[in-house]
Amino acid sequence: MKAAVVVFPGSNCDRDLAVAFKAAGAEVEMVWHKDTDLPAGIDIVGVPGGFSFGDYLRCGAIAANSPICRAVKTHADRGGYVLGVCNGFQVLTETGVLPGALLRNAGLKYICKTVRLRVETEMSDYLSGYGKGDEIDIPIAHHDGNYFADEETLMRLRGGDRIAFTYVDNPNGSCHDIAGILSENRRVLGMMPHPERAADLGHGGTDGQALFRALAGQLTAA
Amino acid sequence: MKATVHVMLKTGVLDPQGEAVRHALGALGFDGVNGVRQGKVIELDLAEGTSAADVEAMCERLLANTVIESYRVDMP
Repeated sequence: MKAAVVVFPGSNCDRDLAVAFKAAGAEVEMVWHKDTDLPAGIDIVGVPGGFSFGDYLRCGAIAANSPICRAVKTHADRGGYVLGVCNGFQVLTETGVLPGALLRNAGLKYICKTVRLRVETEMSDYLSGYGKGDEIDIPIAHHDGNYFADEETLMRLRGGDRIAFTYVDNPNGSCHDIAGILSENRRVLGMMPHPERAADLGHGGTDGQALFRALAGQLTAA
Repeated sequence: MKATVHVMLKTGVLDPQGEAVRHALGALGFDGVNGVRQGKVIELDLAEGTSAADVEAMCERLLANTVIESYRVDMP
């Protein structure tokens, strides 16, 4: 599996995401936001967490219009895999690769803690290492993680089995307790919690490891 | 030439910041406020020849996220 991790000014989980991909056996290349093309032969693009462009205007809005994001969108449109975590999820909604938007947390506070998620589907190359209904502990660290989409979009997500994770105890006001969603072709996953921060014994939890391992298993086999 | 863009959360989208401001006003004794919506104002200093259609495109592509926000442009 070959992964590219995008780096924006203000990204701060880019190296963590690269380490998690590498630990699962991937070759990783970092790509800069001004690059116009992804490296050749890339299987998956990781869009990391952080505060790209200082969260100015809206979280992810300026990053979504950077040159590399046009390449990421083209990659996704061609059926490529993309994993967006935290700010990366915000970037993917701003580019329109994933539906909906992430609003200010309902309680207005920045929340940094480990939360319990429920795996809502295993029908995805990201999620085949879990069972549907499994509960896993993954850290969140965000101020704008309150997932919003109109009722029609929420019905489409639910009907298409595209909700990847929900919060067991909703910390931020997200519609339908949504913590992560899949694209229609199930190859793009956007999620606010940080699986790369629960991928090593030193992190205090390893519940995120299965995601990277499942992905590596699928993409290496392919 | 100046243009002013007002960006507001759409009706029906919860505005927790507006709600917090409403509570704070209530705590100060201003009990005549039924609701507060908080948005943002963006002032553009435009070069000659920049059209209203250009500003509209700026709003659609960057200044507002039309999934959650509506916008209004004031141009003289």
